[in-house]
Amino acid sequence: MPLTRRIFLKNGAISLIGLSVMPSFLQRAIAATTNPGKKKMVVLFQRGAMDGLNVVVPFGERSYYQMRPSIAIPEPKRGGTEAAIDLDGFFGLHPSLQPLQPLFQKGQLAIVQAVGSPDPTRSHFDAQDFMESGTPGLKSTDDGWLNRTLQSTPEEKPSPFRAVAFGPYLPRTLQGTAPAIAIPDLKQFKMFGPQQSTEGGFEAMYAQTVDQALHGVGQETFEAIDQLKKIHPESYQPENGAQYPKNRFGQSLQEIAELFKADVGLEVAFLDSGGWDHHVNEGGVQGQLSNLLRDLGQGIAAFNEDMGDRMQDVVFVSMSEFGRTARENGNRGTDHGHANCMLVMGGNVKGGKVYTKWPGLSGPQLYEGRDLAVTTDYRTILSEILVKHVGNKDLSTVFPGFNQNSSAYLNLIRT
Amino acid sequence: MKSATVKKINPKPKRKNAACHAAAAILLAAALLPFPQVQATPPAKSWKGKLPITELTEDQAILHALNRLAYGPTPGQIEQVRKMGLEKWIDQQLKPDSIDDSALEARLARYPTLAMSSDKLVEKFPQANEAAKKEGITKEEYQEKQKEKAREAVAKVDPQNPNAAAEEQLAKVVGPQRIVVELSMAKLDRAIYSNRQLEAVMEDFWFNHFNVFAGKNQDRWLLTAYTRDTIRPHTLGKFQDLLIATAKSPAMLVYLDNWLSADPLASKQMQAELAARRRRFEGVFGPSMPPPPGGAIQAGKKKQDRGLNENYGREVMELHTLGVDAGYTQADVIAMAKCMTGWTVHAPRKDPDFFFDDRIHTYGKKLVLGHTFNYGGMKDGEEALKMLASNPNTAKFISTKLARHFVSDNPPPALVDRMAQTFQSSNGEIRAVLKTMIYSPEFWSKETYRAKVKQPFELAASTARALGAEVDITLPLAQWVGRMGEPLFQAQPPTGYSDKSETWVNTGALLNRLNFALSLSSNKVPGTKTDLVALLGPEAETDPHKALAGALTAFLDNQIAEQTQQTLEARLEDPQILQAALDDPVKHVNESLIAGLVLGAPEFQRR
Repeated sequence: MPLTRRIFLKNGAISLIGLSVMPSFLQRAIAATTNPGKKKMVVLFQRGAMDGLNVVVPFGERSYYQMRPSIAIPEPKRGGTEAAIDLDGFFGLHPSLQPLQPLFQKGQLAIVQAVGSPDPTRSHFDAQDFMESGTPGLKSTDDGWLNRTLQSTPEEKPSPFRAVAFGPYLPRTLQGTAPAIAIPDLKQFKMFGPQQSTEGGFEAMYAQTVDQALHGVGQETFEAIDQLKKIHPESYQPENGAQYPKNRFGQSLQEIAELFKADVGLEVAFLDSGGWDHHVNEGGVQGQLSNLLRDLGQGIAAFNEDMGDRMQDVVFVSMSEFGRTARENGNRGTDHGHANCMLVMGGNVKGGKVYTKWPGLSGPQLYEGRDLAVTTDYRTILSEILVKHVGNKDLSTVFPGFNQNSSAYLNLIRT
Repeated sequence: MKSATVKKINPKPKRKNAACHAAAAILLAAALLPFPQVQATPPAKSWKGKLPITELTEDQAILHALNRLAYGPTPGQIEQVRKMGLEKWIDQQLKPDSIDDSALEARLARYPTLAMSSDKLVEKFPQANEAAKKEGITKEEYQEKQKEKAREAVAKVDPQNPNAAAEEQLAKVVGPQRIVVELSMAKLDRAIYSNRQLEAVMEDFWFNHFNVFAGKNQDRWLLTAYTRDTIRPHTLGKFQDLLIATAKSPAMLVYLDNWLSADPLASKQMQAELAARRRRFEGVFGPSMPPPPGGAIQAGKKKQDRGLNENYGREVMELHTLGVDAGYTQADVIAMAKCMTGWTVHAPRKDPDFFFDDRIHTYGKKLVLGHTFNYGGMKDGEEALKMLASNPNTAKFISTKLARHFVSDNPPPALVDRMAQTFQSSNGEIRAVLKTMIYSPEFWSKETYRAKVKQPFELAASTARALGAEVDITLPLAQWVGRMGEPLFQAQPPTGYSDKSETWVNTGALLNRLNFALSLSSNKVPGTKTDLVALLGPEAETDPHKALAGALTAFLDNQIAEQTQQTLEARLEDPQILQAALDDPVKHVNESLIAGLVLGAPEFQRR
């Protein structure tokens, strides 16, 4: 088992070892501010507008079946594996999300329906932009809400892994002045060539350069590379028999679990998944959406399994820029809509419930006559997580212009 | 062989006082002369000509110009520009048509899609669905055929070809993706090999300003015409001409949805028209009816359901002309969108040319920023665009963006004001505005020197240029640009790629940049060849210090902080630097490693 700081701190061995004989990676790691009990978040952004109505199926709503003659998910009472999984007598899960059912039953997973952004845009780009910047309607916001929460809770010596996006680029959500890094592939996060020479050479150059911006980033980079070497990502084995889907999504989730376990100061992890824009042939129980949901369910369940007890400190939350039309279109698919659903999972989550101020799906209840209406602002959910779980009480800079009102919380997080 | 003379510079002096300069000068002077002397400030006061250079040496100024107005120097180019005269070089670059670029044209001739019209591209690179339908097979069968086509093309590649790996990668790309791949390759070819460097830089600048995302709907077929016919001919002319060209381009019309924008009243009219037509003809001729005038009824039928789309109306003001803080209102956005209704294409994937559809244009008075537009027809949009182009906010916004790109992330307000004034007095002539900028002292100040971080595309092009690399196939290089964070033509939002350093300076990105430098210098990027031996000189093969000196001269013109140089010198003790191979007792210098380190140095990350 790889040597981690956690072992030292747990066993109190630290007091017995003089700093001078401690390997340098440990010295650096200890110098970095970490707190094993610190609360963590995993944020999943589903790009393309996932069809929330077929994911968390309102089978108790008659209009749902009238509006989706070919793609609706059958009611649970039909039985078998080709029907919605009953959650609470009104809502059901798409059958491909079967792995999430035990999590729901055990109270680890909560679901929010009819949640989203107040901005009416149906442009993917704009809506994603607004959701990630945390300021719907405002294009001039430079940074993302998740970066701003880190800015408002600065650390003296932040770990290079405090905020990590698991993918090839830093998303809007994590852009900003608080340090955040993008790791496309944990196993590949290293220098080419004879590493001692290349790494050593670059590290030395960047350590001494008067170029402040590059000096800072250089330091972070080499610290991160160093720490990653001690983790041996190539030989990681998930615990508790967890089986991640064999694709980039599964790989990212596994790497998140790995990095959490390595106790290197990871607080905020971000990943995204795409392909949710099903205008044509969305499918119902089987089909394109179903395939993606299979990975989603398997991935989240595996992550929960792999993390085991550590999920106590973690809240996982998913979101998508908007939902899809309540009615199917002429191509057995759906078009851009408005409200969607969010999944919230973790030790501090009061799961086993579908939280919603359900507006209904009959004619006049639809937003602009076509979409599920938004009755909860997505920032309300995120605010509750940040305040109650992460412990960041002042969100005025995180969601500027949003009326913070804790009485609006849906109370899905334990205090 | 030139000995390595260190040209001392302080890239970001924390205190600009004489004591600081003097102290450094004394140290240097002490090494060379028996008596300590205060060295005079760099001999810029003796600068001949009109360029207001007082804080940089001649070499610094030339490197600076090549880094800002071009994609960095090629081997020997600094000397060439010195001989020609910096001012003359700049003058020439401002008149790209006067520069022969036939060598580049010969390279670009290898990419057949570059010269094709959008119609031709749509025909030659159909989408899988449609192609399958046309051939009477299923989509899966068609995709299999395409895969087979790719396999055959790969098989044709001669394994003896030194560029075989890159050729194979390229051969695999069949179907509509090929179009954007060729565009990306051409963009790199141009940046690396064009003699019209400033024009290439401006083309990238304007494309980014008027960004179009290749992944949106049919845009991948429309970008070729966009870069070739819309952007390139207008890079240094009148801003208004460029603006109107983009407004008319099918690429922009599709990207910002203006082609769908219609007068909501028009749909009612067209429905009535359709109903009337049916009533008139069904009785006598049966269900068939003659086509309506003015365009396919199919297009009209879909447009019936459309209403006003504000996307372009908003972005043309927010991002293309006035800027977000100019004080326009939602009402202005709607009115602008109304002016632009009718600017459309028949069917982006079947008939991708601009046409003005009078039926969906919004007639009547439209009030935008206090100006009334009621000409009817296409003139509403044209006049509204002209109004935006000549608005003082536009002069300021465009000048700020130019200054941010060419001078620094937060350009001096006095400079921006001066440029904005020229913009207005010249009726938006970009060449004139650039001239004002280049002939301003701020452009040549010590703060401006190396102030900008190279974006990934700039880094790739400048590295290839510095190495004098032979890039036969630019595809792998384009892939590296993507890996470093700037996949070409793939900026999703209309804001394009950011021009600010903080976007590009982050941990994941830096690692990729360093690995890129190492890969290119070790000839590990397929399709690219570098000859370090020729570049670094014969003594570099056996003497690491000469190799380092050669690299510093070749890649940085010795304009490197003394500290960085000393650090690199210290690394030369590393056994990896001077190695003997098993079958060759003579130790050889690992020139790739040294070159890679220099190309990855902080100084090379900046321009």
